[in-house]
Amino acid sequence: MTIRTVRNLRRASQTIFLALFIFLLLRTGFSGVVTGDNVRDFELSWPVKIFLQFDPLVAISTMIATASLYTGLIFSLIIVILTIFFGRFFCGWICPMGTINQICSSGRRNSRNIFGKTVVKMNRWHWYQHIKYFVLIVLLGSALVGSVLIGLFDPLSLLIRSLGLVVIPMLVNIIDGINSLLFNSGFEPLSYVGSALGMVKQHILLNIEPVHYNTIVSLGVVFFLVLISNRIITRFWCRAVCPLGALLGLLSRWSILGMERDESKCTNCNLCLKYCQGGDDPIPGLPWKKFDCHLCLNCQAVCPEDVIKFKLFPRQERKETIPQPSISRRKVVLGIGGGVLMVPFLRSGDDHKANFNAMRIRPPGSVEEDQFLERCVRCGECMKVCPNNAIHPTLLETGWEALWTPILIMRIGYCEHTCTLCSQTCPTGAIRRITLEEKVGSEDVKPISIGTAFIDRGRCLPWAMDTPCIVCEEWCPTSPKAIYFEEVEVTTRDGEVTTLKRPHVDPDVCIGCGACEFACPVIDKPAVYVTSVGESRSRRNQILLERNIDSGRS
Amino acid sequence: MVSRRDFIKRTGKAVAASAVLGAGYLLADSQPDYPVEESSTPLILDHTTGGPELFKKLAVIRDDTPANLVEKAITALGGIGMFISKGDKVLVKPNIGWDRTPEQAADTNPEMVGQVIRMCLGAGASEVVVTDIPCNDPRRTFLRSGIQEAAEEAGAKVIIDPDTEEVNLGGELLTKWPVITPVMWADKIINMPITKHHGLSRITIGMKNLYGIIGGRRHQLHQSIDQSIVDLAAFAKPTLVIADCYRVLMRSGPQGGNLSDVKDVRTVVAGVDQIAVDAYASQFLDVEAEKIRYIVMGDKIGLGKMDLSEKEILNG
Repeated sequence: MTIRTVRNLRRASQTIFLALFIFLLLRTGFSGVVTGDNVRDFELSWPVKIFLQFDPLVAISTMIATASLYTGLIFSLIIVILTIFFGRFFCGWICPMGTINQICSSGRRNSRNIFGKTVVKMNRWHWYQHIKYFVLIVLLGSALVGSVLIGLFDPLSLLIRSLGLVVIPMLVNIIDGINSLLFNSGFEPLSYVGSALGMVKQHILLNIEPVHYNTIVSLGVVFFLVLISNRIITRFWCRAVCPLGALLGLLSRWSILGMERDESKCTNCNLCLKYCQGGDDPIPGLPWKKFDCHLCLNCQAVCPEDVIKFKLFPRQERKETIPQPSISRRKVVLGIGGGVLMVPFLRSGDDHKANFNAMRIRPPGSVEEDQFLERCVRCGECMKVCPNNAIHPTLLETGWEALWTPILIMRIGYCEHTCTLCSQTCPTGAIRRITLEEKVGSEDVKPISIGTAFIDRGRCLPWAMDTPCIVCEEWCPTSPKAIYFEEVEVTTRDGEVTTLKRPHVDPDVCIGCGACEFACPVIDKPAVYVTSVGESRSRRNQILLERNIDSGRS
Repeated sequence: MVSRRDFIKRTGKAVAASAVLGAGYLLADSQPDYPVEESSTPLILDHTTGGPELFKKLAVIRDDTPANLVEKAITALGGIGMFISKGDKVLVKPNIGWDRTPEQAADTNPEMVGQVIRMCLGAGASEVVVTDIPCNDPRRTFLRSGIQEAAEEAGAKVIIDPDTEEVNLGGELLTKWPVITPVMWADKIINMPITKHHGLSRITIGMKNLYGIIGGRRHQLHQSIDQSIVDLAAFAKPTLVIADCYRVLMRSGPQGGNLSDVKDVRTVVAGVDQIAVDAYASQFLDVEAEKIRYIVMGDKIGLGKMDLSEKEILNG
């Protein structure tokens, strides 16, 4: 097998994994197709979170934070072991974020970037490639004291978040826009195109309603910056920021796959530098930075003199290879210390145990907030999968530490009574896997509550305006209904006596699903709304004395 | 002396300037779009068939399988041929409102829906469409109710996300409102509700089931629920109403969820007179028809007869 074949294999592998990633992301939704015997409990037909389960960064950070490994994350051991033997092949061969960055970087080999630097120059190893190790060290420090902020930088989480919550929703909404144009055109053939687009939307993008995500701009800007940085420095994200790349780089220290260079044959043509992805100085004369090499094998493939060869157990010349990044022990300790300190700093005013946030309505099955922050890597899978578009990333509404964690915004979508999809997608157990029975409750088990509804009597039609309504009661899915009404006789402005039904909430029955808030006809600021109090996951965030005694968790 | 180049440049500039001015004039708009009620002629979809003889008949069939119940009911009314002609496009409108199983009795019995579709196709209908605009996610409701499977198996076209078009319903309350397009294509409409308790209107059977053919902000209709139900029933008069009273949701309607709220009645009520079907089926919910405002209002404007003593009850 020639090296060119190997390089094509690498390209094929990248294409396949990127395609698989996008396919699974597209399947992260309610397809309306049920497989298996149990027609009633809708389960996802594809292992949509498998990429995250293979992600060592997700595994290690949540393991450090929780002192346990959530089921499924054990898969990441495969990547860890292979990396120990072969180096950062994940970055060059598998990582879909890496592939996208590589695509975005391509096609500028002979041009200069905005700093007037040639690609050859920019592809030399630079100091900023150490930043990613500090991102890793500092944020693992935070994980140590219970906050997996590292998820903000995890490349797979970043990509799922960006594609799932920004790009795909934009496609859905663009299709809606085109469709309305096509159908309004009144020209028959065009409306068939519209129907076809509608089928794409429904069966491929798995959306029938327009989708809206809270703070989509913040996600989109970050993604745009990640992509556009490639036009200045090849794979800037991978080289400088990615903490997963840093982790794999550290693991590659003992790898048996390495580079052998026959310096005498080198003509200094710089082609290896020109095509280098990792910025790891493959050219003879400079020490090769193994920890930054993505194993893309471009250098070997383009070398006209056969100078560079990747080999198992390569012959090591002194000082030819630098196996590990030069980070002093002092900096490591300082970095971890900084990460540790960051958590009390972020929580000083936003402490979720002192300052309960009414908006912080977590998806059903979420663990208590302390543990939630130890687990949630902000991958956005729960938000993508939610068929009602109820789960949204936060910006700073519920505190800086909780950036891009999931909350429910009932005005946009409510929590479907019989749906457990978000708990099926969570890779880390921040939302633990719940069954349908657990969620809706049974005779012995109380249903899972994510909050409690309140009626704003100053805005409610029957309360404030003597107008019949009780849509909230109609939509309330519990049985008996948490929203009930009393019949009262009122004299209207015109002196007419009528009977009105005025809604009330029974906080013991209410599960906080928000169907009432979603359906309330007072559109802008609903007259019935849900806040997080009464959520099953918390012992303290309760109204009722009984529930406080009932829940055994601390 | 003006060079040719200059001349072209100057002419170009002049043309551009006048184009901008002209476009500005053409686009000038002192009256931006703002929601204005436009008058339009009301659309009325009257699909009733048969004369006063058929109108007097009400089929009430008890104690059989769901499929047999509807078959017997239609046979008692004179057979499917009374309602469906060859080549008809038929809309079957069950209640698929909520994400519930058939046992929970919030949606029409799927076996009944399947049977009606088979009979329509047997009578030569060119196409049978099953659709609804549910409250919960349509993909879930169509699936969990079992209606999607039953209808597709029976050979109907299931539309889970119908398009809507704004039309004038010509009602007292409902004028302009988005209506699903399958209603407008259909030659015949078979309304197939399930009989349930409802918090506000007290019952929901056939006429209330027509809420499912409209889109828009339906939640606001509760403010005048009886008038809006009557307006809808007058707008889209069905060919036949078949009320599923096989399992009847007695409390916590219209969604239910608890099997203890469901009563086995094992009955079907069918007829052309939508007021009479609702009036008859309401007794299974222990409610007197005279106490239901929309039934009284519909009777008054001549949509049908709530006085069941005038009806010829057929028991199969």
